Amino acid sequence: MSEIKEIFVNSDKLKTDDYQINMGPQHPSTHGVLRLLIKLEGEIVLDVEPHIGYVHSGIEKMCESLAYNQIGHLTDRMDYLSAMMNNEAVSLCVENALQIEVPDRVKYIRTIMDELMRISSHQLWWSAYGMDMGATTCFFYGLRDRQHILNIFEDTFGARLTLNYNTPGGLMFDIKPDFQKKVKDFVKYFRKKLPEYDQLLTGNIIFQERTKGIGYLSLEDTIYYGVTGPSGRAAGFSCDVRKHHPYSAYPFVKFNEILDTAGDSFARYYCRILEMHESLNIIEQLIDNIPEGDYAVKMKGVVKLPEGQYYQRVETSKGDFGVFIESDGKKTPYRVKFRSPGFSNMFALNKMCKGLKIADLVAIMGALDLVMPDIDR
Amino acid sequence: MTNEELKEYLTGQFPEANVVQGPQFVEMTVSAETLLATAGKLKNAKETSFDYLMNLTGIDYPDCISVVYHLESTRLHQVMVLKVKTANREEPVLDTVTPVWRTAKYHEREVFDLLGVKFNNHTDLRRLFLEDDWGYPLRKDYVDEVRIISR
Repeated sequence: MSEIKEIFVNSDKLKTDDYQINMGPQHPSTHGVLRLLIKLEGEIVLDVEPHIGYVHSGIEKMCESLAYNQIGHLTDRMDYLSAMMNNEAVSLCVENALQIEVPDRVKYIRTIMDELMRISSHQLWWSAYGMDMGATTCFFYGLRDRQHILNIFEDTFGARLTLNYNTPGGLMFDIKPDFQKKVKDFVKYFRKKLPEYDQLLTGNIIFQERTKGIGYLSLEDTIYYGVTGPSGRAAGFSCDVRKHHPYSAYPFVKFNEILDTAGDSFARYYCRILEMHESLNIIEQLIDNIPEGDYAVKMKGVVKLPEGQYYQRVETSKGDFGVFIESDGKKTPYRVKFRSPGFSNMFALNKMCKGLKIADLVAIMGALDLVMPDIDR
Repeated sequence: MTNEELKEYLTGQFPEANVVQGPQFVEMTVSAETLLATAGKLKNAKETSFDYLMNLTGIDYPDCISVVYHLESTRLHQVMVLKVKTANREEPVLDTVTPVWRTAKYHEREVFDLLGVKFNNHTDLRRLFLEDDWGYPLRKDYVDEVRIISR
């Protein structure tokens, strides 16, 4: 008896060796095929090492044999929740290199579509995050509202996921006559529904206990690790490309950059909720003022960029997305590189998780909004 | 700071580097030996404070492999491009910039994986996407008869 007592009182004897487990590649909370090699001591996370490459498709290599107007068809397969912004980045990069000024109508429609895409991405993220936390209702609420946006997309250009709407020089098709009415109906509808998100999840005490103070990343570390998007702005890193390097119709609209200082999972969550409000504001400012004009400028059949290196950034729903194109004057690029926001965001996971419980890892990973094809490319 | 002022400042601070105004940003080419010291200076100097590494790209040329760093100052929102070339193409070696920008650790692993550039003093230089015995697919002479259809 005294022996057993000694074991329980003397904690050194209960201490076990560290062990490693694999989380993924088919774990539901990784939202894709991500494998995390986790080093644990009991339930405490000592080290997290992401293993990626399961959906690596060599898009950068493929781009080297494609013409500039064909590259857009690959980019929306990377981060499929920000397909519109990815296409826009390639289009803007080619337009800047050729010094083409697109009509104002194109800029306005692009910006409205960007913000619709951002809302739909955040809706899906909110649904999945709620489900990661055990709140199944969120999934139905989020997808119910997302349908309205996807219906607008389908009516305008016939696709719901891989959109291919932006093309170098403008847009693939003009908007339909009832586009403005449909978007306005959606804004009116979603303004009513958005407070439900707060009632359902934000105010939930269990949810708050699991996210507040969890996964803290300081401002210095956020910049050091290159964490951008809502995840970076939650720590006070002012990194909104729309604000600091405006493109398309963003110079014409008034909007706030959502910043927080807490730097934890809850701050990342709440930044995204507030961004949805801000996106609705941007759409409202633009939707009634779409100028008349052409929906694309006339481009040559074969586009050749002048020699040089070009870089274009846009703000996707995940963060700072960049396209780097090196041209040698031929009809295909010499080298294309995509700077995907999820790549940098994911590798900060190790810093955030150290010393926390394994259940917190799911909460932290969900708040980062990882999309695997974006990271693997 | 405008691009002209930045160009003037960089020319004064780094006399051995080649500073030009590119199509969008100021582009500075440095030698492989001075890369790490230059990166540290660019980050820590008050006038520039390029503390955010946006993008790190490796490019294969016929005679060397070039690595391009896109930097931004989070205080001034100024962007610049830092370029470096390896001495040869067969055994490309560069210093790691991980101590200056932590995010470079994983971008460098990607460049190592796809182009085969070895980074000195890198703490964890392993393949990122592909298996250990795979070639370097982003090199121009990479041959894969099964997966790549030549046009």
